[in-house]
Amino acid sequence: MKLRRTMLYVPGNAPAMLRDAHIYGPDSVLFDLEDAVSPREKDAARHLVFQALRNYDYGGVERVVRINGLDTPYGLEDIAAVVSGGADVIRLPKTDSPEDIIAVERAVEAAERRFGRKPGSTALMAAIESARGILAAREIAAASPRLVAIAIGAEDFVTDLHTTRSPDGIELLAARSLLVMAARAAGIMAIDTVFTGVDDEEGFVREARLAKQLGFDGKSVIHPSQIVLAHGVWTPTPEELAKARRVVAAAADAEAKGSGVISLDGKMIDKPIVERALRVMALAGEVEA
Amino acid sequence: MSRNAIGRDIPDMAPGFGTLRGYGGAFGTADSRLAATSRRPGAKVLASLDAALDAVGVRSGMTISFHHHFREGDLVVNMVVEALARRGVRDLVLAPSSLTYVHEKLIDRVKDGTIRRIRTSGLRGKLADAISAGLMDEPVLIHSHGGRARAMDGGELVVDVAFIGVPICDPMGNATGSLGASACGSLGYAMVDARVAAKVVMLTEEIAPYPLMPASIRQDYVDVIVKVDSVGDPAGIGKGATRMTRDPRELLIARTAAQAIAAAGIIREGFSLQTGSGGASLAAVRFIRELMLERGVKASFALGGITSQLVQLLEEGLVGTLLDVQSFDADAARSMAVNANHREVDASYYANPGLAGCAVDALDVVVLSAMEIDLELNVNVITGSDGVIRGASGGHCDTASGAALTVVVTPLLRGRLPSVMDSVTNVITPGGSVDLLVTDRGIAVNPARGDLLDALVAARLPVRDIAWLKRLAESYTGAPRPVEFDDRIVGLVEYRDGTIIDTIRRPKGLRA
Repeated sequence: MKLRRTMLYVPGNAPAMLRDAHIYGPDSVLFDLEDAVSPREKDAARHLVFQALRNYDYGGVERVVRINGLDTPYGLEDIAAVVSGGADVIRLPKTDSPEDIIAVERAVEAAERRFGRKPGSTALMAAIESARGILAAREIAAASPRLVAIAIGAEDFVTDLHTTRSPDGIELLAARSLLVMAARAAGIMAIDTVFTGVDDEEGFVREARLAKQLGFDGKSVIHPSQIVLAHGVWTPTPEELAKARRVVAAAADAEAKGSGVISLDGKMIDKPIVERALRVMALAGEVEA
Repeated sequence: MSRNAIGRDIPDMAPGFGTLRGYGGAFGTADSRLAATSRRPGAKVLASLDAALDAVGVRSGMTISFHHHFREGDLVVNMVVEALARRGVRDLVLAPSSLTYVHEKLIDRVKDGTIRRIRTSGLRGKLADAISAGLMDEPVLIHSHGGRARAMDGGELVVDVAFIGVPICDPMGNATGSLGASACGSLGYAMVDARVAAKVVMLTEEIAPYPLMPASIRQDYVDVIVKVDSVGDPAGIGKGATRMTRDPRELLIARTAAQAIAAAGIIREGFSLQTGSGGASLAAVRFIRELMLERGVKASFALGGITSQLVQLLEEGLVGTLLDVQSFDADAARSMAVNANHREVDASYYANPGLAGCAVDALDVVVLSAMEIDLELNVNVITGSDGVIRGASGGHCDTASGAALTVVVTPLLRGRLPSVMDSVTNVITPGGSVDLLVTDRGIAVNPARGDLLDALVAARLPVRDIAWLKRLAESYTGAPRPVEFDDRIVGLVEYRDGTIIDTIRRPKGLRA
């Protein structure tokens, strides 16, 4: 299973950070051409990200690029550069409707043909940052077979809701849950929003725990120090892992005996419990899921 | 037989005792060791630095010493050298334990002939630039902290007058670095100077009632005392090489180093540690602490430059004793004043290889920084990539030689320059005493330590060949062209045993 517990934002206009982003061990790096880059630097950042994709070895870490929307003067050029550079995933910001995805998909297809990339090799990811987008999350998540994940961008979203972010995130609860359900219904991943308090480790862990409990697969992060913390949240504890191993072993045992009933310590084990145990082992890197 | 001052007849000779001297009076005679002047508390306290210089008789050609416990806040070296220059003293040998950015005034004192030679652990800033460019007729001698103690205790470096700045002392000269406005904590380097120097001048900000105990410098070594307005700037005392990093790259390196140390089997009950200056090596303490808590083990002692992180370990009961030769920040200075297990040690106790034992030999692990490291694991911490002096030898080669495991930490790239290269500009620590190199792109193991290699691989740590690391660095930057030097030798690098391990040459095109 490809893990996406952490997706590390890297400003597209910072050469040394582009070079080294993966050394902190995120599951994905996220080169940003959108909000982190001022209009005056869009072209230079695009060129830097293209060169980074072309020339640097990221040791197998997934390379995601957040492009500018197609409603900006930069979106199409971003797609051309990023596809020809060979990015693994394009992340579209401010997705409000399935049409947004379909438009990007067309542009990506065209770019793949133009630059001789394998058709379908560029995956997509959509960030939803408005009430309209959240209510369309189900359609957005199912809009393209290229989609591997949807994410929530909280800052724009709470502004759209006419509220602000609170420490416990009550204002985001419905949106987060809708997003996770939409992702699950489409069989793709759900990625939680960034936590901007770089020095607030406790606050970050609290929010990550909440996201995990709601069903998210991971979180976008804005500082390397958040990676270890997030992995701590999404990595099973030794106790959880030990239990999962026993559940999976019991299931294998039952299968070998040709028995339809799985039991462990005198209790019957349902199929969803086995599925969860497999997920735990996958998160620990012990099985492919 | 002759009659002494109280009328008793004393033989001229006694078997086994040779010639006898008759008692001459309660305050002695000219030829006895008792001075004719008063020895009451306060008698040593002179009104001015000039009076002190008169009293000890500093003359041209003498060797004078200083300590660097005030780091970037030091005011003593400049104050004393300026006073000597005004008196017309010439050809001095300056033998401080180290020099920093604040000593650029010495350039003029070299130019006007006040200073002829310098021996120091380190040089930085404009003074270092000028010396690299050929300011001095005689090369500067770069020594290690242990090497300096060896030279002094062994009589190779004879100090005529030691000038010892302290925040507070009593009227007899008992002094501590732990109290007062300019508290700097340990006076470990100065303790050796006080012991060996022919004369000791103490410069103090404050005079406390007698006796000031415990004393780092004892009254019996101190000849004269001068009260001055200020010996150091507290803001500069904790500054410089000891900053605590928030840089994610340095934290990554520190974490990897701690994991490697754990994989090597070092983090066990009763182990001992030292961390050098520099972001990643200081930060390693944080991650070693986490591993200690995880494993439920405690360290027996931590050595060297003591930081607030090590003080925290002591206060949490995670380390039994701190052996403090130099306090790196205000927390360390405060702790030494109040915690009986925070012990001050002198430079000889710390690292002198010439005596029968020193603390570095008891170290299990040391984590050290590097400016450059080469394929033979030789380490440079004295010259920059432009060949100009900008660092300090410190305890680098002392601890590397003593510790059971020596870990060198450095980012693979500094700005646009690789830290790993074919051959370092200058060698401070020979590769033979380096076991591990930890970078942000992987760990290299000394080929002589096959046991370590196996342990690190088993722990799934990112072990790389050092040549692979060099190639990776150069894949980003290209191979830098080596700096070219001319024939002028501007510095000698002394290994801790007194032999010369390298020479520092003048970069081509630089002129004083």
